[in-house]
Amino acid sequence: MDSPTPTDGITVKRHRLSTRLWHWLNAALLYVLFTSGLGIFNAHPRLYWGQYGANFDHAWLELERFPGWITLPGLYNLAMSRHWHLTAAPIFAFALLFYMLWSLANRHVTRDLAFRRYDLRPRHIWQDIKDHARLRFPTGQAALRYNVLQKASYVGVIFILLPLVILTGLTMAPGMNAAWPWLVDLFGGRQSARSLHFIAAFALAAFFIVHILMVILAGPINEVRSMITGRYRVPE
Amino acid sequence: MILTRRMALLGAGAMLTGCDRLASHDSVREALFSAENFHRWAQRSLMARDALAQEFRPDQISPIFRANGTANPNTPAYKALWRNGFADWRLAVTGLVERPLSLSLAQLRTLPHREQITRHDCVEGWSAIGKWRGVPLRTIVEGARLRDSARYLVFRCADDMGGGRPYYESIDLIDAFHPQTILAFALNDAPLTVANGAPVRLRVERQLGYKQAKYLMGIEAVATLDGIGKGKGGFWEDVAGYDWYAGI
Repeated sequence: MDSPTPTDGITVKRHRLSTRLWHWLNAALLYVLFTSGLGIFNAHPRLYWGQYGANFDHAWLELERFPGWITLPGLYNLAMSRHWHLTAAPIFAFALLFYMLWSLANRHVTRDLAFRRYDLRPRHIWQDIKDHARLRFPTGQAALRYNVLQKASYVGVIFILLPLVILTGLTMAPGMNAAWPWLVDLFGGRQSARSLHFIAAFALAAFFIVHILMVILAGPINEVRSMITGRYRVPE
Repeated sequence: MILTRRMALLGAGAMLTGCDRLASHDSVREALFSAENFHRWAQRSLMARDALAQEFRPDQISPIFRANGTANPNTPAYKALWRNGFADWRLAVTGLVERPLSLSLAQLRTLPHREQITRHDCVEGWSAIGKWRGVPLRTIVEGARLRDSARYLVFRCADDMGGGRPYYESIDLIDAFHPQTILAFALNDAPLTVANGAPVRLRVERQLGYKQAKYLMGIEAVATLDGIGKGKGGFWEDVAGYDWYAGI
């Protein structure tokens, strides 16, 4: 493998201010939401499909309580977990909404994230999968564009996973059911929404782990700096 | 709760994460607790005042309706009421009303009923669907004639929670006059069992389970929740820090 940290490549402006701000806000909020969410889950660590579900009903997943090192607060306290979760959730939801609109307006979506025709050629996708599997990272100009797997994961997270986790969260609120009954119908019931919320949260956690792994393999200092200052040294 | 608090004290320092330490600051705590106000404002802006909670078909009813919280108040006073089928039970409607009432179960049963198959959502995350029958709270409140200064209704319960601090809950007038807010005396076509709040419990269908006060003894119209319990508007709100507005 080539040295992942370039020493004398040219430095370019890589990430927009809106992307950098949103990225770090999200990092903090997702940490709070995930850990407080596990704290809430611990109050009833069973998941169901359909409209209802309680102790006498069939659960498709039944877990032990998550340990204190990964819940917020560390000691079981449903009220505090809910306070953290319900404080972070609206900030998280509106930040996503503004980021989506902003990224459409400044053409981040169409320029950087939208799939090009050559992205979608089967041979190209297969090549990209092989490159990833061999941990062969692009260099030069190619490193400045998102490859097809990156695009797929960013588009998947921004336009599918994050809206899903927000809408299923709203669906669990009895007040929102009166306001927007279509939400319950969309997800097939409150308990289905709760299950999907859980699955989406763990899909986001999986994204986080792969994301961190890729940053480490691609050169953590250069990658993290580019997300703080926006400056990125092009790997050679 | 006592156990949790003692554990929290023992675990303090070593086990508190950075966020826990943050939450011990009054300003952070206040910010975290005030999210409730945003959610109440947002939900009530999005929904019509009388927007209905979802109602379900009979075949969607939970096979077993899980009873939660107190299974039996077990106080001498409650046992005495239960022993003769709640014939001596009276619902006192007092406070800021022109005409205080004292209603027997038989009187409640003669009033117009509402029947609704709704979903009960516990704060813990589970849900159960049941068919409730009861008298719209609006009927009672209009009969007692609220004074203009009344802002909240406080529900007093026979359940002393074992600590001499009885269960109570409160709602504002938006929910008090909501068509699905009823004083329920039947669940799934049978009189309420003790575990589910006999003889009468409150149903506020757009909020979580802990608002659905069981073992009702009295309704008091008040101008403010200050001075009642610890002033947070309900037993769990006082004791555990749950949100007063439980629409989320």
